[in-house]
Amino acid sequence: MNDAAAGAPPVNVLEVSNLDTRFSTRDGEVSAVNGVSFDVRAGETLGVVGESGSGKSQIFMSIMGLLATNGWATGSVKYRGDEILGLPPAKLNRVRGSKLSMIFQDPMTSLNPFLRISTQMTEVLVQHMGMTHSQAMNRSIEMLDLVRIPEARRRVRMYPHEFSGGMRQRVMIAMALLCQPDLLIADEPSTALDVTVQAQILDLMRDLKREFNTSIIMITHDLGVIAGLSDRVMVMYAGNIVEAGDVREIFYSPQHPYTEGLLKSMPRLDSETGGELPSIAGQPPNLQHLPPGCKFEVRCPYRFKRCVAEQPALLPFAPGRAKACHLSQLPPEGPAEAPRQRDQEPAAQPATA
Amino acid sequence: MPDSHTASSQPILSVRDLKVHFAMPKRGLFSSHRDYVKAVDGISFDLKPGETMGIVGESGCGKSTLGRAVLRLIDPTGGQVVWLGEDLAQLSTSGMRSKREDMQIIFQDPLASLDPRMTVGDIIAEPLRTFKPEVTKQQAREHVRELMAQVGLMPEMINRYPHEFSGGQCQRIGIARAMILRPKLVICDEPVSALDVSIQSQIVNLLMELQRDMNLSLIFISHDLSVVRHISHRIMVLYLGKLVEVADRDSIYDNPRHPYTQALISAVPLPDPDAERSKSRVVLTGDLPSPLNPPSGCYFRTRCPRATDLCAQQEPPLVDVEDGHRAACHYWDSEPLTSSTETSRSGPET
Repeated sequence: MNDAAAGAPPVNVLEVSNLDTRFSTRDGEVSAVNGVSFDVRAGETLGVVGESGSGKSQIFMSIMGLLATNGWATGSVKYRGDEILGLPPAKLNRVRGSKLSMIFQDPMTSLNPFLRISTQMTEVLVQHMGMTHSQAMNRSIEMLDLVRIPEARRRVRMYPHEFSGGMRQRVMIAMALLCQPDLLIADEPSTALDVTVQAQILDLMRDLKREFNTSIIMITHDLGVIAGLSDRVMVMYAGNIVEAGDVREIFYSPQHPYTEGLLKSMPRLDSETGGELPSIAGQPPNLQHLPPGCKFEVRCPYRFKRCVAEQPALLPFAPGRAKACHLSQLPPEGPAEAPRQRDQEPAAQPATA
Repeated sequence: MPDSHTASSQPILSVRDLKVHFAMPKRGLFSSHRDYVKAVDGISFDLKPGETMGIVGESGCGKSTLGRAVLRLIDPTGGQVVWLGEDLAQLSTSGMRSKREDMQIIFQDPLASLDPRMTVGDIIAEPLRTFKPEVTKQQAREHVRELMAQVGLMPEMINRYPHEFSGGQCQRIGIARAMILRPKLVICDEPVSALDVSIQSQIVNLLMELQRDMNLSLIFISHDLSVVRHISHRIMVLYLGKLVEVADRDSIYDNPRHPYTQALISAVPLPDPDAERSKSRVVLTGDLPSPLNPPSGCYFRTRCPRATDLCAQQEPPLVDVEDGHRAACHYWDSEPLTSSTETSRSGPET
């Protein structure tokens, strides 16, 4: 990421501060994102990793104005200096779809099954770029070529159901890139795909990034995808950023107990087999009944008194790195005594599904 | 992995040339032609007591159908499923019923496989009521409590309903239900795919521990090659209903002979930035061909960087590469594929 930023000071495409996202439900208010702040620099790929319910998707749904009707977001989101959070749809649409675009896990839910690919693609160009229909058509075909869809000229006239899963995701990426966005937000873009197709899509994203220098936010639960694509990484847990830093530092020297636990609990193709996998005990917390202190405390092998009472803030501890943990450093040898996984779970709150 | 299975022991399950073909609707009212999807096409393997057989492959390769056909949850079209010397494929439905006591299955979606109107205690005890009606309610409840503790659930939660549990806990309930009759074989169909990373390892550990304690045989179906590698003794790789490679865990990962296996293994993203960015990868082009109209010869040839005319004409037989390691490729003896081969051959896509 740093070659762009080597000489000139880094330019931030996106600046998010104190973003809070809440939902009102029948069982009361649920906070999905708790006062999150971060920047996205021009040309970098930011990986956002977390488990279900960690708030990783909701941050970006808030930014794009796509929250469900029972949700609302407060705080500030600036796109190149201009506030965009809470803009009415008409104004938001000037940036959304052209400067900021988003792709989702399941392309079938974001493509209209009744319309030809050509109609769906040219619409964006006519609306945002003021192109004529034939210009827009040519540009769409170029774009499909670029994402390596064979016979783009013929296929642009097809309907979404005539494409396979991997091909649909390529169409989505082509659509997202039509207006050459500054920032592409990819929410689990390869999770629904088979591994060999996933590898193709990730390759494609790597190439596109090189070609257009678009900033990418890659939201995923798959640490392997993050490792291959990201420059910087943000780790989310229960609506908070718990650790952030350069990709190599996060993977080779994690400093938050949750990050460390996640990395250890993944079986790897090159790891020792046999014996027990290290794992994080317990369950992710119920967002309706969050503990007052550190949200990870009940599952943390290093917890001590202070963690119960006081929530740690996300603080920088080295250049470019920050974590939300009361411990100044994790013991290099790992937790003294790994808690037994078969231990019964703490008298758990009934979980939200 | 524990070496609890000894090489000499007799297999408890022998599958021979198993086929499951699904008939598609006729094209027109008077058409006599009918298409078949060959979901499982001539697969053979043995499973020993205490052994775990991993089955990997992409969606549509027939891995789940294979698991279900072994249990006769789907009736096989042909072939044999020999369970302790008896061919299950020939048994009547009622004859099959008595065998089911020894064979259980765990599903991918933990919540969907549990009846929302039954308490956890009733769900776990259900197989007991079906197969052992002589067990009293009191005894059954006692047994359920023991089992709940064994799978890491609090026995006090016996009267709760499935929706009150998280995904990982629901999977523990499913596992407890599968274990209550002390089966000899459990088929795990993507048991951890729907779970978060931090919960996956808990469930994998639990399955391995139960296997050790009960000398269970497992068939572990998954698309996640890292998890399969951790839990399996032997691994089968399927492609469009065919067995393309089978071997011991270490041989298949260290010395894959089929180009598809090589591509699958190299496509797994490694959670290690340096390794992930420097590894050599076999990039396949195109998508899976339609199972209704598979390519001639080798099914994999449309995506294979190594395909030749021979592959289009002749289906490669499954040959012995070394002891216990078999692969179905005309060129299994060639150097493994390494760098990404960008041929623009694209398969007949849908």
